[in-house]
Amino acid sequence: MNTESEHHFRNVVLLWLLASVIATPIVVFVIGPGLPPGNGSAQAHGQVVDNTVLLALATPVTLAVLVYFGYVIWAFRERDPDTVVDGPPIRGNSSVQFWWLTVTTVLVLFLAGYGTVRLLADGSGGGQGPNPIATPAAFKSSKALQVQVVAQQWQFTYRFPAYGGVETHAIELPENTPIVFNVTSLDVIHSFWAYDLGVKADANPGENNIAYVMTRGPLTFHIRCAELCGVWHGYMFNSGQVVPHAQFVSWIAQQQQQYAPATKNNAPYSKTYFPQPVRRGG
Amino acid sequence: MSAIAVPATTAPRSGWRQLLGFNLLSGILLGIGGWYLGHFIGGRITGANLTYYSETAGQNDIAIFLGYLLGVVGFLIGLGFANYPLKRLIGHPPSLAERESESLGLYRYFTLSTDHKVVAKQYMVGIGLFFFVGGLNAMLIRTELLQPNVHVFGANQYLTLVGMHGSMMMGIMTSGILGPFANWLVPIMIGSRRMAFPRIESFTFWLLMAGSVILITTIFFGGFQTGWTGYQPLGAQNTAGYDAYIGFFALVGVSMMLFGFNLIATIITMRAPGMTWSRLPIFVWATFATATLMLLAAPMLIAALLMGAMDRTVQTTFFIAGAGGSAYLFQNLFWVFGHPEVYVLALPGMGIVLELLPVFSRKPLWGYRLAVAGLLGIAFLSFFVWQHHLFVSGINADLRPFYMLSTELISLPTGFIFLCAMGTLWRGRIRLTVPMLFCLAWIFNFLWGGISGVFNSDVPSDITTHGSFFVMAHFHYTIMGGLIFAFFAAIYYWVPKMYGYKLNEKLGKVHFWVMFIAFNATFAPLFGLGFMGMPRRVVTYSAGFQGLNDWVSVSAYVLGLSMLVFIFNVVWSLAIKREPAEPNPWHSKSTEWQLPTPVPVHDFNTVPVFDQDPYPYGVEEKPSGVPSAVPAGGST
Repeated sequence: MNTESEHHFRNVVLLWLLASVIATPIVVFVIGPGLPPGNGSAQAHGQVVDNTVLLALATPVTLAVLVYFGYVIWAFRERDPDTVVDGPPIRGNSSVQFWWLTVTTVLVLFLAGYGTVRLLADGSGGGQGPNPIATPAAFKSSKALQVQVVAQQWQFTYRFPAYGGVETHAIELPENTPIVFNVTSLDVIHSFWAYDLGVKADANPGENNIAYVMTRGPLTFHIRCAELCGVWHGYMFNSGQVVPHAQFVSWIAQQQQQYAPATKNNAPYSKTYFPQPVRRGG
Repeated sequence: MSAIAVPATTAPRSGWRQLLGFNLLSGILLGIGGWYLGHFIGGRITGANLTYYSETAGQNDIAIFLGYLLGVVGFLIGLGFANYPLKRLIGHPPSLAERESESLGLYRYFTLSTDHKVVAKQYMVGIGLFFFVGGLNAMLIRTELLQPNVHVFGANQYLTLVGMHGSMMMGIMTSGILGPFANWLVPIMIGSRRMAFPRIESFTFWLLMAGSVILITTIFFGGFQTGWTGYQPLGAQNTAGYDAYIGFFALVGVSMMLFGFNLIATIITMRAPGMTWSRLPIFVWATFATATLMLLAAPMLIAALLMGAMDRTVQTTFFIAGAGGSAYLFQNLFWVFGHPEVYVLALPGMGIVLELLPVFSRKPLWGYRLAVAGLLGIAFLSFFVWQHHLFVSGINADLRPFYMLSTELISLPTGFIFLCAMGTLWRGRIRLTVPMLFCLAWIFNFLWGGISGVFNSDVPSDITTHGSFFVMAHFHYTIMGGLIFAFFAAIYYWVPKMYGYKLNEKLGKVHFWVMFIAFNATFAPLFGLGFMGMPRRVVTYSAGFQGLNDWVSVSAYVLGLSMLVFIFNVVWSLAIKREPAEPNPWHSKSTEWQLPTPVPVHDFNTVPVFDQDPYPYGVEEKPSGVPSAVPAGGST
């Protein structure tokens, strides 16, 4: 590497360091706390932390590329467009390639490892299929509240097996409680997305998809279908509430009483339900 | 090189009598005839057996599928694709030459042409047309999203627009760069005079056009509500408009598969003497990697669609839970195709950028082997990542850490591509021409696409972003910001050689800046909308999102207007001004620029011999570069 190269290289590195030192703390401390999906549950908070770590790593990487190209385009632009002069025939540099490969490999392996650790710690609120691998002890205990989410075109119904299998259209959850969502569908693929709780689990016909969430304090959360499920997909949303424990107990008792005649005729509680398949004639 | 056809000796038909031959007109007529015949047969078959008959008239899937099938067969026969096998059967195989005569003029573009340069231009116009239609769909989608409630289209019309936009862009644009540019460039760059299978080359193009027309017919059958992913069992439940989706994507799949097969065969077998693997231009390597993906991935799609078609017609239950099938099956098959497919869209763009950067920084490609490793590495890894589309679906949840790792590993070979781009510019003499601007914009856009992809690949983060506008913004940054910007770079760069007229540089710069700024103004806010919880493909949204959505819609209109600047530039430069281009306006050292403009039908008069790497910039001994044999016409 000759002195001119060294001079340019030093400039790029200095500019990049300057930009990173300014931008990374801003990203972590200013943008970080506002990242989705908020702190509505332990899982949602975990996602915020995860997003912050990703952003903190992505910022210097992005800046490295941007600063490099910005500098190079400015420093090496052709100043006399009427002449055609070739640049030096540099065809590669094995030490640059080695260090690039090493750094990116370390970054990638760290990201994959970190994501795996976070995922396995508490499931991160995602649908894990019928036999979850990430099962913290709290969700196995008798304190955990089982809630079945039954999706169909175009609404969600919630079923509480611990309360006589009562089915409701509204949903309230007790605060600071491990919740086990059992998500299934009666017709096509839907996706149960409780944004503020950080929960997303596809509802598949004939499959039980389990998602865990540890609620925190009282909160109104928004629920949307996140998988295209037909004409009125855009209208498949409602909201729910996380409430103090006593309020939940009285709410569910009221629901049991109100829906008692319907509950009697419901299908017995099951992980999945198979309605008569409606098929096209031909 | 012995199999090269000699120029035609028989005089072609002239004037109106040309219309009587095998061409687009007879293709369309036979295609329409085939549609009615198939529809009639389908109606008769199912009329006898009422259980296969659907509820409403015009919704008979068997009749519609048979109509599409015979319609396509009729179209291809009308274009003359049956002539060769039929003549061969009776012992009189026609030579390639009779369709390659330049004296046929414009007529060649409406026929089965075996000249790779004609097919490339057919692709360019055909794909441009449907790209324009797909873009108009996007404008209509953004119009509906100006308000949070339904105000222009109904929910069904809206979802049909979304599905058509997605299918058209993801289906047709698989050949967006390879169609026009690989067909035109690969034979010339490797020193061949044609593709390995010239009739298949033309076949893939006309099949793609037939498929595109079929997609548009969905509006006559009630549209489809599944988006481009076509998930089952929603698809089984859709009206007959979904048949058009199946017909379209199946034909795209066949076209992709044959195109990939043809390109691989060409690159392996048709290279001129001295064109070793380590001397292949990087665009040819990108084409080779892409072609491998096309050949291996498309059969999965065809299988999935065939099963879907059977569910809809002969009452199988591949995807019906509770009747022995599973909705997961379609998702798996679709994404085993679908993820390699997005790299079918991305890799040619990388090839174009790495091919053009050396020209406009006047330096050899930096790290040629690393770039090849990057392209092949992406192609290889892309087959092992598909379940990252299904992180929250509940399928194989135990394997999510593996798919997270494999997905993030793709950033290593992608990083190679970036490193090679960075090294190529280092200490170059950079000229900011219009193609170069588009290449640099590709780097900028793909950077954001790649960084946001890391968030999608990370399972905890993806749980919120999955199925939201964040994902939408991510893949528009990689595909629109990657493929389409590279597409325009290639157009501005190669049109002077392909058409003989240079596109206006000033209008090109206006086009670039409007498109670049409007593109970022359109898609950057979508990351925010997704983060805030707006799902994809919804016709209504929270009133609080209206401000950002309106901003996005207005930016999208400006983005659409930038395409009009481009169209104006094309009309102005190629039809009105018609300023002949120099043989080598960019002072490139690639093979194609050493040929005279326009490039003669048979490209080279003698077999070229290659004795150096494709980027001899800064090498004093051989300033004229590339093939040591005298090219046809001997200009430059």
